[in-house]
Amino acid sequence: MNESTPATAAPLARLIDELYKLPGIGPKSAQRLAYYLLRMPVAEARALASAIVEMKERVTFCSICQNVTEVDPCRICVDGDRDRTIICVVEEPLDILAIERTQSYRGMHHVLHGAISPIDGIGPEDLKVSELLQRLRSGEVQEIILATNPNLEGEATAMYLTRLLRPLGVRITRLARGLPVGGDLEYADDVTLARALEGRQEIES
Amino acid sequence: MPVPRMYKTEGIILRQRRLGEADRILCVYTPTFGKMDVKARGVRKTTSRMSGHLQPLTRCMLQLAQGHVSDVVAGCETLESFQPLRDDLDRLSRALYAAELIDRFVPERTHSFPTYRLLVETLRRLAEAEELDQTLRFFEMRLLDQCGFRPELEVCAGCGMRLEAVDNFFAPISGGAVCRACGGGGMGARTLSLNALKVLRLLQHGSYNDAMRVRTEGTLGREVENHLRSFIVCVLERDVNAAAFIERLRREGAQHAVEA
Ligand SMILES: [Zn+2]
Ligand SMILES: [Zn+2]
Repeated sequence: MNESTPATAAPLARLIDELYKLPGIGPKSAQRLAYYLLRMPVAEARALASAIVEMKERVTFCSICQNVTEVDPCRICVDGDRDRTIICVVEEPLDILAIERTQSYRGMHHVLHGAISPIDGIGPEDLKVSELLQRLRSGEVQEIILATNPNLEGEATAMYLTRLLRPLGVRITRLARGLPVGGDLEYADDVTLARALEGRQEIES
Repeated sequence: MPVPRMYKTEGIILRQRRLGEADRILCVYTPTFGKMDVKARGVRKTTSRMSGHLQPLTRCMLQLAQGHVSDVVAGCETLESFQPLRDDLDRLSRALYAAELIDRFVPERTHSFPTYRLLVETLRRLAEAEELDQTLRFFEMRLLDQCGFRPELEVCAGCGMRLEAVDNFFAPISGGAVCRACGGGGMGARTLSLNALKVLRLLQHGSYNDAMRVRTEGTLGREVENHLRSFIVCVLERDVNAAAFIERLRREGAQHAVEA
């Protein structure tokens, strides 16, 4: 961006530039937030800054399921009570929270960290796909639930994974329709999501 | 003429991006207003009634309310969903490629009815055709023509001499096919086989049905594709993102065929 005039102090302009990089933040919002932070007491500003740094230093990605975690492997991956023969594949960590809230799923998870979007140049190589393939090597996994979002990118991702995984002989299912097309999984209400999980269907070849 | 506060238009959703908590900005291509960004509120919530109608590659009737930055979708209805595109990755990847080219070639708010019709026809063809790649080549050649970037294929784009019926060169930077004398010196010129030149000419002059009659599997098809792609990349001064995904599907498809 950097359309800041000489009238804007350099450190403030730099903060505006940084905020503008965040998703959903336009130039106007970046400016508004920066001026809000400027008026904030120093102690609060320090708390915010250290929360960001601490999060970056202490939160990592689980080397198995790729979910965000403080310990690696994450709590779900080391939980002996969970069903290791089934993996639910989602786009984002928030989707795991949504699925765990239903309390009707006891299998494992896998976070892709995105969805295929050819126009935006996001392909399978930008997602945690090879990590998923790696998990199938042991032969323990018998079912993959494709729980990507019911929109164009999510469907493209599910179709791609189906192609990739089918030759491996694992059972592949997709969350049942009934989730409205175009919505994000993280906004699904619990009942709908629980029902969609129960009604998941085999992907026909 | 000022646009009324509430208006209706048909359009095809080219692409979308997230905005804030649950909104999206949609890039819509319309026959009357050209390409424009519109805001769709709340469509990422699974309770939204509009989101299904606003998926990329949907032809829909939009009711728009004038906003101060971008207009806002007040209502929508699907006219054509091109469903087969959504059920098949090979079709989908090509359709997204076509949508990306439209997005890159057409300027904002400049209407062009022929180009709109070309996109609608191409999406219908990609939903049905057997020869997806040749369909895409026909689309590329027509789009270049309509946007004023018609490749020169009759005479040498360098010296203006008639092209002889031999292998020549293709030089995007010179504007099309060049003779052996002009193409020998480099400048990104690559060999253009006589058969590929014939296919390119057919794509430029022939009807869609004519273009679909030629067999272009294998190396000839790839040669034509590479020449047209290099021309497009030269005009746009950037790569076409969706091309990489098509390439990947092809590569992995071939790999599976070998393993099976
Ligand atoms: Zn884990
Ligand atoms: Zn020449």
